Amino acid sequence: MINIVGAGLAGLSAALTLAENGIKCRLISAQHSERSQSVLAEGGINAALDTMGESDTPELHFEETMKGGCYLADPNSVEALTKSAPNIVKKLASLGVPFNLNADGTIMLRSFGGQKKKRTAFAQSSTGKMIMTALIDEVRKYEAQGLVTRFPHHTFVRLIVGEGRCEGVCVRDSFDKRLYDLLGNVLICCGGLNGFFPEMTTGTASDSGNAAAVLFTQGVRSANLEMIQYHPTTFAIPGKRCLVTEAARGEGGRLFSEKDGKRCYFMEERYPELGNLMPRDVVSREMFRELHGGAGTFLDMTGLDPAVWRGKLSDLRGEIMHYLAADPAKTPVPVQPAIHYFMGGIYVNERHETSISGLYAAGECACRYHGANRLGGNSLLGAIYGGITAARNVTPDNNDVTEAYNGSEPFACAPSPMFVKKTGAVLLRGLGIIRNENELKKALNELNSIKCENAVELARRELSAAMLMSALARKESRGAHYREDFPETDDGYKKTTVAEYRENAVNISFDDIPGRRSE
Amino acid sequence: MKIIFEIQRRKSVQDKPYIRKLTLETQDTTVVEALDIINAGELADDPIQWECSCKQKKCGACAMLINGRPRLACDAMLSEFPKGIIMLAPLKKFPNVCDLVVDRSVMYDGLKHFGSWLEGEAVCDDTGIAYEASRCLQCGCCLEVCPNYYAGGEFFGAAALVPASRQISEADKTDGKRLAKAYNEHFHKGCGKSLSCKNVCPAGIDTERLLVRSNAAAVWRREKRK
Repeated sequence: MINIVGAGLAGLSAALTLAENGIKCRLISAQHSERSQSVLAEGGINAALDTMGESDTPELHFEETMKGGCYLADPNSVEALTKSAPNIVKKLASLGVPFNLNADGTIMLRSFGGQKKKRTAFAQSSTGKMIMTALIDEVRKYEAQGLVTRFPHHTFVRLIVGEGRCEGVCVRDSFDKRLYDLLGNVLICCGGLNGFFPEMTTGTASDSGNAAAVLFTQGVRSANLEMIQYHPTTFAIPGKRCLVTEAARGEGGRLFSEKDGKRCYFMEERYPELGNLMPRDVVSREMFRELHGGAGTFLDMTGLDPAVWRGKLSDLRGEIMHYLAADPAKTPVPVQPAIHYFMGGIYVNERHETSISGLYAAGECACRYHGANRLGGNSLLGAIYGGITAARNVTPDNNDVTEAYNGSEPFACAPSPMFVKKTGAVLLRGLGIIRNENELKKALNELNSIKCENAVELARRELSAAMLMSALARKESRGAHYREDFPETDDGYKKTTVAEYRENAVNISFDDIPGRRSE
Repeated sequence: MKIIFEIQRRKSVQDKPYIRKLTLETQDTTVVEALDIINAGELADDPIQWECSCKQKKCGACAMLINGRPRLACDAMLSEFPKGIIMLAPLKKFPNVCDLVVDRSVMYDGLKHFGSWLEGEAVCDDTGIAYEASRCLQCGCCLEVCPNYYAGGEFFGAAALVPASRQISEADKTDGKRLAKAYNEHFHKGCGKSLSCKNVCPAGIDTERLLVRSNAAAVWRREKRK
């Protein structure tokens, strides 16, 4: 029996892998899989399927992922990820994911940022939703066989740790309000930290980040917390940011800025080779500079072929028309960068083991594949491959004990909306697109003056501090982390930032990144 | 704008539901954001419980009755209600857990009982139906308005029709027979073709088109187009 916390893409992939090998698991989630953040993924999933006659290879996918991540990921993991990608996408197709197809029936691929070959498989611009539907149905088959048991309205409370080893997980049933101890090894697939930045991200409201915070104060080490991805093209809708998929640029959309009635296609001017499809960190920084200079920034999709709108981006067009009451085929869309993804998170090794024995992590909550900047199309891939890899390495036990109790539990509480809002504003101030020591220190001071009313608030404050302290410690600029006081990349920092909570204090250190074994 | 909210509240299954009235002064926003404002302000000590996730019509979590009509709270703007009165209640065809939260597990149990999955590899040369069907949010709005659906019956409604349409369109011959049997038993026999599901689906899924295609394959046994 394995306890999987989180039923999004990584959790489902892990459950499916375990079930296919006859291993039982509990699939624990606050809400059902349809509500997970994975359904929001739009543009596609990368795999060197080489169906577009461009002689693509997994090796090129490897090189561009490493380069996009500014060499901060373990090359051995990235190699395994990119080698597995074609088979993962083929398996998804065999499960019935309706990928867009070429005339010869092979899977069509589109261009995505930071990649010179067409490598991104997609289903219009709802790729995450299409993959999730197929996986939910496939996992249901094993639910019926009793191999996967869902706990669909259960929230993570805390890890059960004994003698430094993970012995299970305590969860709260939000329906009967009782606490349950679920014994056995635990795989965390709880998503990224966007709950730390309420209303400022493209993610879901249910992705609170509470589990990551509690785990951190329970001694689970985190890595690269300063690496926060700003997606270049989003717009505001009530309560959040709405994403305009990178596929819009992959299919020909062009960014421009406008000041005093003058248009400047700044990406094409400054980066002639990749232009609008530079990696996201670069594009977001350039947009920030344009905005800072007083210009408005727009995405021009008016030149897209009607067939592209019909066959590849119909849902994006519908969404923009719904929220902005303007047709993107006729008018440029005003867009700005916003927080979209967390490259950092729970520090896992190649086997997806965390610093606590018996505890594993995968998906966006884990730090493994994306280095200092994730390439578009690699998140769905990383979530699936991470889930599969964790499931292959996790040791099952025969412990299928579920103990219910009504006792008190300090972590069985929620942070107040006011606390989340306050800490979010402070974090954003320190962890913007452009950072410096002054602002980071100010943010850290302000953060420490915010009062905590309960254990979860305290845990969130400590993990927030760890994010700011990681950004302070990395005195260089690399990928998503840009320090105006240290604008150059310094290879002395070609290391993993490690944050650890010891004796009620946050400690930051740096780990070496291993070399590539196959070289 | 000034909005009067009448929200059905209930602490737990053991308690009786009651209506909580309150007034909110705000600029135009969604019902989801209004609930957030209320919960952070007037009701901070006893917040309204409801399910919420994506806030952009893509996850189905926040389905509820808004002035009697099942819809997603993130898709309902306050300005849509010119009288300034918004009544919120939980979906009625599922057991109420507390406040606006319902237990939708009967829907998932139905899909399990149906056998709503593929046994073999997907065979498909027209991905249109699979794409349309895969957009289903499993929010339950379609069941709320369906005159033929009741929880606990053998008819599982559009919430089963839609996923089944994907599977039927992609199944191999043997698996197609299994799915056709389940489709007849748990959908076709009970469907009165009112198509109220089509009018109410927050994802705008054309259930009529899926029904026609699935009937052709599973009831009338027309061969798949090649």
